Amino acid sequence: MRKVSKAAKGWDRGFRVLAAIGAASPAVFLVSIAAIVLVESIPTIRFMGIHFLTETRWDMGNLYGALTHRNGITAPAGASYGALVFIVGTLLSSVIALVIAVPVSVGTALILAYRVRGPLGFLLNILVELLAGIPSVVIGLWGILVLVPWIANAFAPFLKSVLGFIPFFGGQTGTGYSLLASGIVLAMMIVPIITATTRDLLVQVPLLAREGGLGIGMTSWEVVRYIALPYIREGFIGAVALGWGRAMGETMAVLMVSGNATNILPQNLYSPISTMAAFIANQLDSAETDASGMAVHALSELALLLLAITLATNLVARWLVRPRRRGGVVAP
Amino acid sequence: MRRRRRKWKSALGWGLAWLAFALVLFGLVDLVGSVLWQGIRSFRLSMLFEPTQGIAGGLENAILGTFELVFIGVVFAAPLGILGGIFTSEFAPPRLAAVIRFVAEVLSGVPSIVIGYFGYLLLVLHFHWGFSALAGGVALTLIMLPYILRTTDTSLQQVPLLQREAAWALGMTRTQAILKTVWRPAASGMATGLLLAIAIGLGETAPLLYTAGWNSNNPSLALTHSQVGYLTYVAYTYLDEPYAQARQLAYAAGFVLLMLILIIQLVVRFVVWRSAARSGRSAA
Repeated sequence: MRKVSKAAKGWDRGFRVLAAIGAASPAVFLVSIAAIVLVESIPTIRFMGIHFLTETRWDMGNLYGALTHRNGITAPAGASYGALVFIVGTLLSSVIALVIAVPVSVGTALILAYRVRGPLGFLLNILVELLAGIPSVVIGLWGILVLVPWIANAFAPFLKSVLGFIPFFGGQTGTGYSLLASGIVLAMMIVPIITATTRDLLVQVPLLAREGGLGIGMTSWEVVRYIALPYIREGFIGAVALGWGRAMGETMAVLMVSGNATNILPQNLYSPISTMAAFIANQLDSAETDASGMAVHALSELALLLLAITLATNLVARWLVRPRRRGGVVAP
Repeated sequence: MRRRRRKWKSALGWGLAWLAFALVLFGLVDLVGSVLWQGIRSFRLSMLFEPTQGIAGGLENAILGTFELVFIGVVFAAPLGILGGIFTSEFAPPRLAAVIRFVAEVLSGVPSIVIGYFGYLLLVLHFHWGFSALAGGVALTLIMLPYILRTTDTSLQQVPLLQREAAWALGMTRTQAILKTVWRPAASGMATGLLLAIAIGLGETAPLLYTAGWNSNNPSLALTHSQVGYLTYVAYTYLDEPYAQARQLAYAAGFVLLMLILIIQLVVRFVVWRSAARSGRSAA
């Protein structure tokens, strides 16, 4: 056996250290993001307290007038940073996106996993993955070009006439720049994520279990309903949570079709809204004009809140989709 | 009777599934189709060679700026991501590897606007870089890094242990084994990961709004204190202008962006498909 030279050992050690630095970098970045956003939002946290979460009025105050002092913080007179509108907008639009995306994704994943194969299956799989790669600003472009006019002229009046007796579906149908448009655009963005994960889970359902179902005389749909879907349940819930996190953090497409409402809660499905992410993106200019710097801190708290919510959903999702050994129907 | 009902239910279930599938395909075709259609009508070849002037002109500054930002992003993200992926796959004990993968997944779940705002707070304000290429590039690094790390890790994991053992048996250190043999079968996987990360970087807007700014001149080589234009900004901002010329510029920007990304995606799929076909044949 050839002896390993000292130089080679030195290189080996050096390379390991370099690689370890690379591996540690995501953790470093993650911690510094959280730390910076947290530190920068401390002034607003002290200024607004819990009212940040319960107040609907977001007002930077009179930027050229007197300053007020509260809890040791100086802010422009009349300033109020209440994020409730954006929290509600984020939650509602992402939930609407899930309501649309979950059934569509399950159906698509079932077709991709069990109904198409060979070159055609390969092609269709690619098409769905392509949807995941389309930049959000292009989806927003489509939203403005196609979706918003369609909602204003056809879909919203239709929904109102059919479901108008339910409170949230009635009322003014608006311009199309709405909660509904945001939800649909978000659904476009999370369908490929949920579909891809669900398809991979469905493919992993053991063939023996499925054949067993067919063997005792189940129809192919009953096999899906009573064997495949229960088998992937936890992983599927994780995939949905993952999509939810993505929907809440999505910025551009929502910013372009939501109507950017401020200071008013949505009255119905057709009201303009704004989400936390879209509002941060929208407020760049005004943050820079505030000499007291409070607007920057307030947006920072919004970013902190968004980070916390998306991280929480992500953690739950990862925990649910984690690979695990399981008993029961696993094939040998 | 009962049998008929069960059959009918089965047909209904699959019918709904096909309907959902058709809906997704329709959405995709409508999206790509309408953006391409508007884009082709608005796009002029001369747009590639002249910078933006006010609300009209071309896209040269935005295209060059996008490339500059993505290049800076890749310069940081590729070494960190590839080294990190190598560490995760080759050096880390299983538990540590699981932790690194988890952290990378969490980082990729951070909303891009939060990354952009972090870049604004730290790089633009605290470091006094101003809106600049470097700040935008670093923000893109944070987007691409977890992706590159994960694809490097996965493609190295698919290399059989036997190959490493053979290298070690020749007296190679772990590093020599990785740099001389193990990386070769994983190379195409790592390359596709890198390409897809570039495609992601090209299409990002939110992290750049607060870090790169906007500039209607071609990017200078200054890394800091000089704002940079980029394609997604044109597509987003100019759409709101009431002038037809500005909107045409926005459509054209979306068109160029979509073409770039579709080309990268298709190249990647083709490479994956060919390497899969080749390995299938050699195995048979």
